[in-house]
Amino acid sequence: MPDVVVIGAGMVGAACAYYAAREGLSVTVVDRASVAGGTTGSGEGNVLVSDKEPGPELDLAVLSCRLWTELAAEAGEPGGFEHEPKGGLVVAESDEVLRALTELAGRQEKSGVATHRVTADELAGYEPHLAPGFAGGVFYPQDAQVQPMLAAARLVRRWPGVELRTGTEVTGLLTERGRVTGVRTGAGDIPAGAVVNAAGVWAGEAAALAGVELPIMPRRGFILVTEPLTARADGRPLVRHKVYTAAYVTNVASDSEGLETSAVVEATQAGTVLIGASRERVGFDRTVSLPVLARLARQAVGLFPVLADVRAIRAYCGFRPYCPDHLPVIGADPRVSGLYHACGHEGAGIGLAPVTGLLIARLLTGAVPELDLAPFRPDRFTGAAA
Amino acid sequence: MTRSEVAYDLAVVGAGPAGLAAAGVAARAGLRVALLDAGARVGGQYFRQPPDGFHATRPGALHHGYARFVRLRDGLGDTDVLLGHRVWAIEPAVGGGFAVHCLKGGRERAATVAATRLLIATGAHDRVLPFPGWDLPGVMTAGGAQALLKGNLVVAGRRVVVAGTGPFLLPVATSLAAAGARVVGVFEAGGRFTLAPRALTRPGKAAEALGYGRLLARHRVPYKGGRAVVAAHGDGELTHVTVARVDAEWRPYQGGHETIRCDTLAVGYGFTPQLDLVAQLGCEIGADAAGVPAARVDRHMRTSAPGVYAAGETTGVGGADLAALEGEIAGRAVVADARGVPAAAHPAAVRTEARRRRLAAFADALLRSYPVRDGWTSWLRDDTLICRCEEVPYGRVKEARDLGAADARSIKLLARPGMGWCQGRICGEAVARLAGEAPGPPRRPIAQPVRLGDLAAMNERTSDDDA
Amino acid sequence: MTGASPYRLVGARPEPGFEIRVDGRPVPVVPGQTVGAALHAAGIRTWRTTRFDGRRRGLFCGIGVCFDCLVTVNGEENLRACLTEARPGDEVTTS
Ligand SMILES: Cc1cc2nc3c(=O)[nH]c(=O)nc-3n(C[C@H](O)[C@H](O)[C@H](O)COP(=O)(O)OP(=O)(O)OC[C@H]3O[C@@H](n4cnc5c(N)ncnc54)[C@H](O)[C@@H]3O)c2cc1C
Ligand code: FES
Repeated sequence: MPDVVVIGAGMVGAACAYYAAREGLSVTVVDRASVAGGTTGSGEGNVLVSDKEPGPELDLAVLSCRLWTELAAEAGEPGGFEHEPKGGLVVAESDEVLRALTELAGRQEKSGVATHRVTADELAGYEPHLAPGFAGGVFYPQDAQVQPMLAAARLVRRWPGVELRTGTEVTGLLTERGRVTGVRTGAGDIPAGAVVNAAGVWAGEAAALAGVELPIMPRRGFILVTEPLTARADGRPLVRHKVYTAAYVTNVASDSEGLETSAVVEATQAGTVLIGASRERVGFDRTVSLPVLARLARQAVGLFPVLADVRAIRAYCGFRPYCPDHLPVIGADPRVSGLYHACGHEGAGIGLAPVTGLLIARLLTGAVPELDLAPFRPDRFTGAAA
Repeated sequence: MTRSEVAYDLAVVGAGPAGLAAAGVAARAGLRVALLDAGARVGGQYFRQPPDGFHATRPGALHHGYARFVRLRDGLGDTDVLLGHRVWAIEPAVGGGFAVHCLKGGRERAATVAATRLLIATGAHDRVLPFPGWDLPGVMTAGGAQALLKGNLVVAGRRVVVAGTGPFLLPVATSLAAAGARVVGVFEAGGRFTLAPRALTRPGKAAEALGYGRLLARHRVPYKGGRAVVAAHGDGELTHVTVARVDAEWRPYQGGHETIRCDTLAVGYGFTPQLDLVAQLGCEIGADAAGVPAARVDRHMRTSAPGVYAAGETTGVGGADLAALEGEIAGRAVVADARGVPAAAHPAAVRTEARRRRLAAFADALLRSYPVRDGWTSWLRDDTLICRCEEVPYGRVKEARDLGAADARSIKLLARPGMGWCQGRICGEAVARLAGEAPGPPRRPIAQPVRLGDLAAMNERTSDDDA
Repeated sequence: MTGASPYRLVGARPEPGFEIRVDGRPVPVVPGQTVGAALHAAGIRTWRTTRFDGRRRGLFCGIGVCFDCLVTVNGEENLRACLTEARPGDEVTTS
């Protein structure tokens, strides 16, 4: 019998399994599909501190960024997951936006974020192909990139104490006197000391199996991928960092159901340019929206006019696991003992996966977590929880 | 971007036999019809024509049933024929109908065609399987060799091996031979094509098969069953292939290998319907008799999406005769639906329906006679490319499986097969089969590469309004 | 051999052709032919190298599906040679 069953082999589940096993726990990860087959396989791999307001989420992100660097160093290359600490450049369209951005950067610094102010004249030194006319920006050296599918697959496999069972759907939870004692799956029961719900955008359903409510909803995002670009004479990619406009910051924290886009543009190791992502609350609707793709293209070309002649060859969408207060759910469920949640990371589940895994492992082993988990409490949405 | 002011009653995508027939029927009935095709000339893959610049006096010499093509072409009536139009996306238009987004001409300028109804007749492309050396220059698809010949009057090579499975190998071999290539052998991995099962025998097809036999004999082309090209060799370009004797599952027999010198290999394992547009439109997709995804249609060729029809190979691989007939049926249904009368009421309906059933049964029997057998995977080596675009070898696919990729999609996410230029059109089926799955319907919201500048210029106003 | 040729087969009397330049080298074209067909007819069967392993590629599917045949025409990158009709004066470059 494993010490822990993790529901979901996405990035978050993989990180939970990794850190729990590192602490010596035996872990079984179950996924009804494949490793990284959920949102982890249909998003991007941004590990960002730049896009977060100071607060509990930024605290998570700063620590997680450091953990990503450690994980990448441990994994090495090959065998790694394309961790690339390329840094993020946020550009401001106007002096007014630049003032707001600079002010935000000042506050972020107090949370441990490194920032460099970039004047309008210096922008070209960072991004030679950036459109003229931006008022300036802020460079965030901690922003990094990973290949999330590879990262999830490799972290799950890192320790011998982890068993991965794909194609195994959790259909119920085993309980004994109000305590969760394992999971019921299509392929039989798996008794365990504890269960971690890392079922991503489906985590609400998994929680419901234990009779508790988690308000996790999908927020759709589209991503555009270009043709692979011809190698450039200077040997450097056309787009050197993660580049986006400061409008992004206001979008992330938005409650709007309508469409919002603020394209993050970046080059990938495969030679393509990724442009993403939009944000919409439209349920689990996969219907492609050309106006959304058009908008992403417009923003990318607005940032880098040379992209106008580059072709898009692919578009895909994914569903971010979204909580009403834009914070993830991390911790033991006070309503059902033996049940832990690691979900609701919205557009930051890749970036925040290591810290989430680490904190869950602390709880599972009875150690003191590095951060205060109160803002992430699973029962914070129920009226009674106050 | 240029918005077309003309709203057509029907836009037909694909000017092969199905699209030509449908457009003709609808246009002659008085509908305003646009017929779009990526090619420079009508005819599609089957009736592919050489450029006018050749002034061919016997253009039919390379085609079976050329007279029918001429009838279809000349029967287009007032159809607006929009050649050089590559459709990259179709979306339902505000207020009904559809916006068909195209890239026009060699410079790929954006254009949009508006229509009330749609017929998707986008045909099929060669189905290929990976094997060692299949990405050497000189290895081509059978359909590609045929296209080069019919469409450009260029013979693919001097010494040619034709291989794969299915009766299509025969016209490819005979036309290459007739055009001057030395065809050193036709290697059919399944059984030699003789005649279809008795109950299904069609006089026309039987004669066609005999005709190929005679032509192969005249050009002294050996035609062998139970043989497969399991490797291609050459230093930078193809110089020879390994042909193996294979068992019923396509596993090579020990020692049954021979090496054949050639500069060209034309290889094909059947066809895959082009379903990008029907998938974009949300039409229900099933599978043809070979298990390959194909659009589901009712007996009037209506798909599950209102206003969208499909005909020809889009609904399953069945050849030019069946495609033309399906186009005719679809065209009549479009006319009937546009007028609000029952489609079955047409006097020709009963006859065409019976004929279609017969042709479809024959096509299905053929598909079932020439399936792809699992033994092809035994031809692979760890360094054999599975995905040509992203250069993903078989070894990396296996590694992805070991990492926990339990299905084709996850293999793609971990090892990148299908992520490149062709978007899995070439390797998709192989990857699915390596994952132990039946190939699934495509999901390609962008059916042709489109410039970000063109994409950005699209719907400028409408999409900004909903900000 | 018979001296059979596709021209003889269809009774073609091609118009006077023109030349395009491919990496500086002249290649004859019959009006209407694609860049890929003209290259193939001139005995040039490989013109692109892949971006990872530098593998050589030319025509494979012949109908615009595989993207193996990419060329640059008059500065315009990544056009499919098998679909792109050759025009007098075209400058084709390969990578
Ligand atoms: C367009 C887009 C762009 C994004 N970009 C970024 C980015 O750049 N950086 C970033 O940090 N984040 C990004 N995200 C968000 C990020 O992808 C998610 O937050 C993250 O993937 C969540 O990981 P997860 O492991 O919680 O969920 P998932 O990856 O969805 O994993 C959940 C798993 O649980 C399984 N499961 C569910 N129910 C059951 C059950 N009953 N039984 C068994 N298995 C079950 C599923 O099959 C799935 O594999 C993006 C998201 C989108 C949509
Ligand atoms: S040869 Fe396949 S796209 Fe041109």
